[in-house]
Parts: sequence; C-alpha cells; structure tokens
Amino acid sequence: MKVIENFLIRVAYAVILLTAVLILNFSMMHLAPGDVADTISQSMGGADKEILDQIRADYGLDRPFLIQLGSYIGNVLTFDLGYSFFYNTPVTELILQRLPATLLLVFTAQVLALIIGVMLGVISARRPNGLTSHFVTLLALFGYSAPVFWTGILLLIGFSLNVHWFPVAGMRDVTISGGFWVHFVDVARHLVLPVITLGSIFLALYSRLCRATMLEVLGSDYIRTAKAKGLHDRDVIYKHALKNSLSPVITLAGLQFSAVISGAVLVEAVFSWPGLGTLAFQSIIARDTPTILGILFFSALVVIVGNLLTDLVLRLIDPRIGTK
Amino acid sequence: MSDMEQRTTQDIIAERHPFIEAWQMFRRNHAAMVALVVLSLIGFGAIFGPLVYPIDPFEMVWTPFSPPGVDGFILGTDYLGRDLLSAIIHGARVSILIGLSAAFMSVFIGVSVGAIAGFYRGWVEEVLMRITEFFQVLPTLLFSMVIVALFGSSLMMITFSIGIVSWTAVARITRSEYLRIRELEYVMASRASGSTDAKLIFKVILPNALPPIIVQAALMVGSAILFEAGLSFLGLTDPNVVSWGQVIGSNRQYILDAGYTVTIPGIAIFITVLCISLVGDGLNDALNPRLRQR
Amino acid sequence: MTKPIASFENLRVEFETKTGTVVGVEDVSFKIKAKETVCVVGESGSGKSVSSLSMLRLVEFGGGKLTGGTLKFTRKSGETLDITKADQSLMRTIRGNEIGMIFQEPMTALNPLFTVAQQLTEGLRTHKTLGKEAAAKRALELLYQVRIPEPERRLNQYPHELSGGMRQRVVIAMALACEPRLLIADEPTTALDVTIQAEILALIDRLKQETGTAVMFITHDMSVVAQMADRVVVMHRGKKVEEGTVEQIFENPKHDYTKSLLAAVPKLGEMKGKLLPEPMRLMGNENTKFKPLSGSDEPLLIVKNLTTRFAVKGGFLRRTLANVHAVEDVSFTLMKGKTLSLVGESGCGKSTVGRSLLRLVEPLSGQVSIDGQNIVTMSPPELRKARLNMQMVFQDPFASLNPQMLLKDQVADPMRNYNTHSGEALDKRVEMLFDRVKLPHSFLRRYPHELSGGQRQRVAIARALALNPKLIIADEAVSALDVSVQAQVLNLMLELQSELGLSFLFISHDMAVVERVSHDVGVMYLGRIVEFGPRSKIFENPQHAYTKALLKAVPIADPRQRRSENDLNFKPLASPIHSLHYEAVPSAYETISEGHFILTTDSGY
Repeated sequence: MKVIENFLIRVAYAVILLTAVLILNFSMMHLAPGDVADTISQSMGGADKEILDQIRADYGLDRPFLIQLGSYIGNVLTFDLGYSFFYNTPVTELILQRLPATLLLVFTAQVLALIIGVMLGVISARRPNGLTSHFVTLLALFGYSAPVFWTGILLLIGFSLNVHWFPVAGMRDVTISGGFWVHFVDVARHLVLPVITLGSIFLALYSRLCRATMLEVLGSDYIRTAKAKGLHDRDVIYKHALKNSLSPVITLAGLQFSAVISGAVLVEAVFSWPGLGTLAFQSIIARDTPTILGILFFSALVVIVGNLLTDLVLRLIDPRIGTK
Repeated sequence: MSDMEQRTTQDIIAERHPFIEAWQMFRRNHAAMVALVVLSLIGFGAIFGPLVYPIDPFEMVWTPFSPPGVDGFILGTDYLGRDLLSAIIHGARVSILIGLSAAFMSVFIGVSVGAIAGFYRGWVEEVLMRITEFFQVLPTLLFSMVIVALFGSSLMMITFSIGIVSWTAVARITRSEYLRIRELEYVMASRASGSTDAKLIFKVILPNALPPIIVQAALMVGSAILFEAGLSFLGLTDPNVVSWGQVIGSNRQYILDAGYTVTIPGIAIFITVLCISLVGDGLNDALNPRLRQR
Repeated sequence: MTKPIASFENLRVEFETKTGTVVGVEDVSFKIKAKETVCVVGESGSGKSVSSLSMLRLVEFGGGKLTGGTLKFTRKSGETLDITKADQSLMRTIRGNEIGMIFQEPMTALNPLFTVAQQLTEGLRTHKTLGKEAAAKRALELLYQVRIPEPERRLNQYPHELSGGMRQRVVIAMALACEPRLLIADEPTTALDVTIQAEILALIDRLKQETGTAVMFITHDMSVVAQMADRVVVMHRGKKVEEGTVEQIFENPKHDYTKSLLAAVPKLGEMKGKLLPEPMRLMGNENTKFKPLSGSDEPLLIVKNLTTRFAVKGGFLRRTLANVHAVEDVSFTLMKGKTLSLVGESGCGKSTVGRSLLRLVEPLSGQVSIDGQNIVTMSPPELRKARLNMQMVFQDPFASLNPQMLLKDQVADPMRNYNTHSGEALDKRVEMLFDRVKLPHSFLRRYPHELSGGQRQRVAIARALALNPKLIIADEAVSALDVSVQAQVLNLMLELQSELGLSFLFISHDMAVVERVSHDVGVMYLGRIVEFGPRSKIFENPQHAYTKALLKAVPIADPRQRRSENDLNFKPLASPIHSLHYEAVPSAYETISEGHFILTTDSGY
C-alpha cells in the first residue's frame, strides 16, 4: 500500500512539473519578439495591419496573456495542442506521427547502452587491470569526448557510403514490400547506425559508472560476509554485488533521458531519421509556434515518464526506497 | 601509546595544504599532464593563432575541395574554397570562449542553488530542489535551440542558452556535499564558536565541498563545447563567427567527395574535449579523499 | 590430549602498499581447542583482525599476503589441513561450513537487498545441499536458537527493517548455520549498545556450550575479555606479546604492554566509597600532580523542562507526519567547577541535550540558564554572545577538525569570530593553548590529516578553551580513542578543570569512565532523565529499573565478576517517534535522598 501511495505522490508531482514546463514554454514564446501573425504574414509575402489584426483575432492572440495561457493549458488537458499552419495539420496528429520513430531510437539506444554497459562494467570490475577494463576506460573517454553528430557522420562514411552495409538515411525503404518480418528487418537495418551513434555516449557513461560502483561494492562488508559464507565467486559477483551496483547505474540512466533526447535530435539530423527531432528542427526554422510548443511538451513528457519508470524499477530492486 | 600516536615529528612534513598534496598527486598522472599541455597549446593557438596565420576564414581563397597539403593549404579548403586551417583556429576561439563562459555560468548558478539548498534545508531546499528538478526535465538541446532561434543567435545568447539548461548536475552535487559537510562536527564546532552563516557557507563548508565541484566544472567545460558544437552543427550559430560544429554542419552534404572537411573539425572538437576529460579524471583521482586519507 | 581445532604457527602476513611492504602480523603462534574461547586482544593496528582473516584466507581480499608460517585446522573428518597451502576452491568448502565468522558492523555486514531468509539459507544450500524447504526450516530453527523476537516474521524482512542487535543475531545465525567447528568473532559487539552487547556476549557463550564449537574472539575491550575468555592472547604491533589463561593475564600480567593496557581500563565499581572523581590510571605516571576539584555548590547552568523534537516529514508536499521526541522534559543543574555526566544508550537523547543547550539544534520549549540568562529565548546576537561561555568538544576525531585549515587557525578561529584577541596577542594565546593541551609548537602549522586521533582531540580541546568558557560540553569526546589515549585525554580534561575551575557536561555511553570522572550523573532513557544524583548514589544505590539493568549489563574488567545470562532481562527499546496527536506526560520525580531523584512517571522502559 505504502509503495502505491508513494508512487501516486510521484505521479502528482510529475503532473505539477509538467504544468510548470507548459507555463514556462508558453511564456517564453510570448516574450520572444514577433508572433504567429508575423510569421504567417511573412510566409504570405507581407501583409498590412488590418490583415495582421484579423489573423491575431483568429488565433486569439489579441486576448490578455493569462487568458491565452489558461486556454492553452485547458486545451492541452484535452490533448489539443493547437494547429500547425506550416504543416496544415493539428499538432497532436503531427507529433503522434513522428513520436514512434523517436521513441524507437531513444529506448533502443538506452536499453542497449544499459545492458551492454552493465556487462562491460561487471567484467572489467572483476579484473580491474584486464583488457576489458582498459577497453572500458578508453570507450568511456571516447564516448564522452566525441561529438555525437561527428561519430554519426564517420559511421555513415565507413559503413554506408564506402561498404554499403547499412542504408544511408531514413527509417524504412519505401520500395520494399512484404510481410511484417520483411519490414521489421528493414527498420532494424536502418536503426543500426543511429542506435550505435546515440548509444555510444551512454554506453560509455554506464559502463564506467558500473565499473566504479562494482569495485566499490566488491570492497564492502557484506561482500566479505558472502565470501566468509563460502559462496562461489559467481554467486558473490552476479548475485550479491551486481544487484547492489545496479541502483546507481539505473539512477544515472534515469537522469539521462533529457540528454538522450538531445542526442536524438542530432542523430536524427545526421541520419534523416523521421522523428520528433527532425520535426523540431524544421518547425524552429519555420517558427511554427504551436508545433514547437507541442514538441517541447512531448519531450518533457517523455523525460518525466522515463523518470517515473526509473523510479519504479529502483523501488523493485531496492526495498529501502520508499519505506522510512 | 597506539601506533598512530607515535607517528609524530620525524616522518611528517609540516605545512602542506591538502590542495598542494592533490597537485602533487595530479602531477604523477601522466595522461592528465599531457592533456594539460595539449590544452595549453590549444588555448595558446586560439589566442595567438590569428596573428601568426592571418587568413580570413570567411574569404574564398582557393578552389573548393582542395585536399589537405595540396596547393599550400595545410588542411585544404571547404566547399566554397575557404581555408580550413583558418576556420579551425578561429573556431577554437569560439569553442573555448563559449565552453568556459557557459561552464562558468552553470557552475555559478549550480553552486549558489546547491549551497543555499543544502545549508538552509527546510522549505528553502524544497523550493530550490523543485526548481532544479524542473530544469532537469527540460529537453536541454531542444530548449536551447528554441531560445537561440527566438531570441537571436549572438554568442551571448548561445552561452546563456547552454548555461541555463546545464547547471542542475552542479546544483545536485553541491547540495549533497553541503548536506554532508554541514553535519560534520567541525562545522558544528565552528558554529558553536560564533561563526556567522555567511562564514560557514563560504569559508568553512565551501573549501571542503570544492573537490567534486571542481571535477564537475572541468567536465562542464567539455560538455558545453560539445553542446555548442551541436547547436552550430544544426546551423543555430552566430553567422559572424566561425565555429567547429558549424564547419561540419555546412560541409556535411559533401562527405562523399571531401570527408576531411568534416573529419578535421571533428578531430579538433574531439581532442579538445578528450583533453578536458582527461584533466577532469586526473583532478578526480587527485582530489578524491578516499584515495588519499588515512 | 585432543588435537586443537586450529593452531597458528609463526604466522606472518604482509601488505603491499604504495610506500612499500608493511608487515601486518609477524611470528604469531597460538592454539584454539574445542569448547574453548580464546580472546585475541589489542589496540587498533595490532594485527588482531588480520590474524582472524588469515584463518579464512580472506586477508588476501584486503590486499594482504601470507608470507610465512602455517595455519593448521582440524577438519570434521579429523584430518589436519594447512590453511596457508589450501587453494581458494578448497577454502570455499571450509568458509561458512567449518569456520563461521561474525563481523563487527552489523549495519553493513548484511546485504541490504536480500531478505534474512535468502541470506541465511544461502550457505546451507551451498554446503549442505539442502533443498529450498529444508533450508528454510533450518533457517527458522537458527533464528529461534539466537532468540530473535518474532522469528517467523524476520525471515521475510530486509536488514534495514531490523535493529542493530537483531541484525547481529542474524549474522550470528548465519555463522552458525552449518555448525562450524570454529567460530571467529571479530569485535562482534563494538558497534552495539551496552545492553545489547551483554545479550550478544551471553548468546555467543551459550552457543559455545551448546554446540561445542571453538571460539576465537577478537576485541580491543579488556572488560569484554574478562567476561568471555578462557585464554587470552595479547597482541601489539603485529606481534604476540603475551598469552595465558584469563586469570593469569588479569591477575598477574607479565608483559609491560599488558600491564599498561590493564591499568588504563576503568573497572566499574572500583570507585566505591570515594567522594571525588579520580584521574585515570596510566602506566608511568601513577602519581599525577593535580587534585580533582570538589567543585562548588553555586549553580552555573540550570536546565528546566527542556524539550526538543524533530519533525518526520514525508508524503505529498512533505508534510510533518510524526515527531521524534528526542528530548522530553529534561531538567538538571550543573554546579561551578563540577562535572555532570549524562549517560545512556544510543538514541536516548543525551547528545541532543548537549546540542540544544547551545541551540545548535533548536529546542521546542524549556529554559536553559547560564549565569542567570535564559538561552532559549535569546535573539541571534544575544545567543552569539552567550556562546562565549560554553563550548563543545565532539566525538569523531576525524570529523572534528576542518581538514583545510592550519591547526593554529582552527584554535584562533573562535577568538577571531569574537574579536577577543588579535595580532601578536592572538599568536601568543594560541601558543599558550597548545602548551595547555601539551602539543608541541611545531604542530601550529600542521593540517589535521597529519595527526593521530588523540592529538586531534587535544586540538579540539584547545579550540574549546580559546574563549575562556565556563562550561565545556564534551559529547562522547573520548569514545573513539584507544584506552590508553582515552585515559591521557581524560586526565588532561580533569587537570584543566582543576586549574581553570571549568565545569563539564560529559556526555557518554561508557559507565566505567563516567564513574571515574563525574561529580553528578543523569541516566537518560527515551529522551528523559530517569535517575539523577551524585555519582556515588547512582552507582552504589541505583533505584530506577533502567539504571539497574544498565549497570548489570556493563562488563567488568575482572574475570572473577562475570555476568550470567540470567541477570539479563532487557526490554527492546521503545520508539521515540510519536504521532502528531501524542501528548507527552510531564516528568515527575521522587526524591530518594538529598539530590538523588528517580522518574516516577512512565519512562517507556
């Protein structure tokens, strides 16, 4: 019961947080020089004051700021994020079209980075001076220091342009026809390089942290107790030590969702991945305010949901969280 | 009587501030020392390079896509026939300037927020940590892109947009250090012997909280450089200056014909950030009390 | 003659460090027979733990190396094995199976992420190849054997849900799971309160009788040795200095080190019939020059109805859910030139009293008057001034000094804060204070990390003296020190008292030390003073049930005054956390004799 109550409190906080994000975004847009009417008139090749006023009235831009904010928040509650004049589509629809591609990229990269990162971390902690350990150190330095878009371009040059192992751009090949598995393989092939590019940063982060916490845990009292019980090394490491070093790694992963999305924006740009990042970039250039607001909202939502999931996983692993 | 008690005058060298010991530890770390030297060279090049190599990075000086080393251009020319070496030198100025100032800004905000939250606790901490959480949820790069696109792409605005989204990690670290140190007995003793809050925050706790903050600050410089490179790669950059990310972004359509126009500025970013993280690692090892104490 | 279960023969253990090879244990030999408790005693760094870890070959885990000697162990089968030559896979069949180990820190010795049952059955399933059910059954049996309250419920609990004493019982059950021939206990009670210590010691002793296992008991505490040992091995700096039966060691020690170790240990009850505090005994300076003060009857500090509570926050918007009643209606008076001790076990609120007096934590209500001024109602600037009169010395010698400051600056700091001295006068006074606490002037320009624990506490005392306070609150100021260092620091404090006419509020859990140094004593339990009076009355004629129980639990450094398990009858500590609606009853006292009171209202005990 206590666990569920605590989790509901977290959800309540998340909703408040999300509302705050909405208010900040909306106010920022409002503060910026120029508004939707200016942008529309520009795209029409200029307009006189009357038409501008007409557009402002149509979009409700002549109302006081707080009223506009209130009606925007009200609309968001009904999942109406406004209308994009640039794409001539409701923003919600626009975003829902693009969201799956981004989620696929972000979650595949996160999950793979986490799993492989933990594996590498454990192996290198078992032999702190071994080959894997040095590899993890190097990988961590590389992953942290290389700009993600540059890594992506290098991979493109290496594996798509020179040896044609993987497609150059996009998420699927429109010329392909066939059943589910044909398309599955097609998407998977497109996904490989973007996921490697995006995952490399986080793989570096997680493997390094996992190595460090494993080393620390392996020196702790309860590991000595486990050894004094005569347990096999295998049990000591994979049961007692690993479970204890997972929490910090998962906590870190939870904090990275915002960074993963940022990375995804760049990776999508490099690989022309049809996700939110590409949409964001285009709408920012076009100053398509409703779409920009919608994307900011959805990415904050993804981060918050990611955090909630992390919180839930941590509670499952560690009985100490949430009980006082 | 005990072993420790007998360890008195002879085997101890007096008057060594813990930071001096940390520096001696740092000096023994070869990778970090090499990185420090390379960084100094890069900094030196950024400051004095344009004097030694006075080619304008915007000027079309030669035929496009002249490869490195051919026709006297050490690093070749780009798609418009502009000199790449000059772009790298001028780009270094922008990268380092933005890296340092954005990191300074985020460390300043982060330390202030974290220190006040950790020292005063209670509702002050509660409010500040909610705000921190709020900034943590913002999709950093998207948010900066919007700021730069809406409010103009001056260097100042770019720096601001990076600083405002990246201070949360510093705030978290600072807060937890303050929470830990404020409970230590020497802080309690200092308070009992008449120290004011300001003295406790700045003179008693801050010096002891610094090691992890310094390490984080070093890493901040690196990530701010990467952040700026990402923004300028997407074209969100001050049109009046050259930056490394922007060179990559503008040349990326031609990677098949002239891969070097993308590879070389990438290497510049990579080496700079790599050296910064090596120095950060060195600082971490040198300042980590667990490796030193007792 | 039966074969000993374990024998150490010329054991030598080395550690590789950055600065070179350090010898942890050198040429140590002794034997442990079945049904025998051998206590290995020594101060920190004597190599006593290293010897025990060698027997399990766990010393390699901490970077040590067995470089000489043999460790013979007689297995269940009767064959004798040289542990130093065994490989790790053979060792695994011995660890936890034929040798069980109990560690010092019950808080960290259990894995926080696994239930009690999981951790208890693990060894059984590995060594005895029991099935799941059988192992669970045996686990429950073990919990009954170690007499943990509500054993069935404990099985599915996690370590953080258990108290320190219960955790240590689980650790003991784990060590006994496979009925080992040798049980190694490494400071098993050092981290525990004295009543729980008494229970755990009795438990280990009873289990030894019941199972016939040999016990190797490692401790730094001579009083515990006197209670537990059949034979004693005294270690000093990696070497065995003396070995003998417990009576020989205590009544006729041969080696100087053993003598000095015994001399510094205060014995509960040895102050019977004496009126004034006495300096601690120390080898080498039996005739200390100073005379302890008899003190005056003029009150310095009057505490009335002091109450301090902490809010437990949680839930949505972090509401206050409950209150920790840390200090509840506490009153006492401290006379000029006297030492008043507050004793009690962890969580009884004694440290919070000390901190509330200086308002380092804010009291909820009550009066604290020093020289007639009430501190509780003072404004911040007045409080700052009032703090001139009272200073604190804390427990942890590693946390009590600022690592980034020169020692002379730490001592000068209070005087700078209050601008009492400056320039040359300041330097002179700092030097004088260093002389006072008997530290050389060469230490002035040192940093704390270059000092030992005892030296650090001396600096902390110098800092507390800097403002010429009338009262010093010593919060467990000597608890973390080795006995001989502890005696030196205590004597320094007594000497300062007699020279400067200081008053001490001495906060401690150590009854034997308190008996030696105090004029008056207050016994605390669950935030209240349950008994208060002159030292002789409290120790010679205790009236409150809790005081009696506490005094019975204290081990006496005399093997002829052993406690029996029947003496022990402790109730589990009640929780000081109460709901917001809880109304605390005011404390009421009955006067036994002049100045000697006991609590008549509910103490929670």
